[in-house]
Amino acid sequence: MQAVHNIYIHILVMGAVSYLIRVLPLTLIKKEITNRYVKSFLFYVPYVTLAVMTFPAIIEATQSPVSGALALAAGIILSLIGANLIQVAGACCAVVFISELIIGKIV
Amino acid sequence: MTESNKKAFREGFRDGIPIGLGYLAVAFSLGITARVSGLNWLQAFIASATSYASAGEYAGFTVIGSGGSYAEMALMILVANCRYLLMSAALSQRLSADMPYYHRFLLATHVTDEIFGINISRPGKLVPAYDYAAFLASGPAWAVGTAVGVLAGNILPDRVVSALSVALFGMFIAIIIPPAKKNRVIAGLVLVSFALSFACGRIPYVREMSSGVRIIILTVIIAAAAAVLFPVKDEEKEDAGGA
Repeated sequence: MQAVHNIYIHILVMGAVSYLIRVLPLTLIKKEITNRYVKSFLFYVPYVTLAVMTFPAIIEATQSPVSGALALAAGIILSLIGANLIQVAGACCAVVFISELIIGKIV
Repeated sequence: MTESNKKAFREGFRDGIPIGLGYLAVAFSLGITARVSGLNWLQAFIASATSYASAGEYAGFTVIGSGGSYAEMALMILVANCRYLLMSAALSQRLSADMPYYHRFLLATHVTDEIFGINISRPGKLVPAYDYAAFLASGPAWAVGTAVGVLAGNILPDRVVSALSVALFGMFIAIIIPPAKKNRVIAGLVLVSFALSFACGRIPYVREMSSGVRIIILTVIIAAAAAVLFPVKDEEKEDAGGA
């Protein structure tokens, strides 16, 4: 029983929630949040959610899971040695492209 | 415009251009996800112009692709964009107390990792002219890049699409790994998140949940456990924040 949802309403919900998240702190916060646990929770959420979204999705997005895994490894190593966001993103693409060329030759 | 505002505007535009170039590539990758989720180029363009968020839009597109409800969408965006809540809260401390509300409403349209980063790296109070110029130089690239990603995703060979589809994940990696290097708790959390996310995709019953619901539940459980076990001190928060 899957309801049919309108994509434009989905987009409206996306935009509205995204805006509320940004505008409320900018207009309402006059003091800093003081509860230590709330602050800690908010501090950890971004890292956890990005990590959850990255893996295993990165090995499922590519034609071969091997190339996705190699891109993940390359991205982590480059980030550790201080490469910036664009360099890491570009390198991940290059790793997938080259490794899939090689895999394509072998198979 | 005053002389100092003109100078700030020029600086903002200059700093925004490299950000826009990066956005083009990542937005293109996001457009590929949008296409797979069933959006056309116009819908992807509108989504990027109004939401202006990489992880949030990616998460939102997966909700659309999996036939999720509007409530699931709202919750998903709240979780995926939670870091913008933090960044806006941090930014609120850098606004002068007498800043008019229309500036606050405008600033809120485009708080992203990069725009936040360049604003926060400037000393003193936030200068709206600087922020607006940086947004003008980089924002349009985001929406256009997403639309082009949808269109070109149909034309490009599978191998090229496969390669470009990881740009977004590369960006996520570049956001989470540098703080993980400095903070052992974050490093541990990243590993735990990878492991549980992988396991939940395979465990019977759990794997039946849509990926959107899985992301929300895992994020809340893992981050809440971490907050109880390893509450942060204020200094750590300052160090790891940023773009």
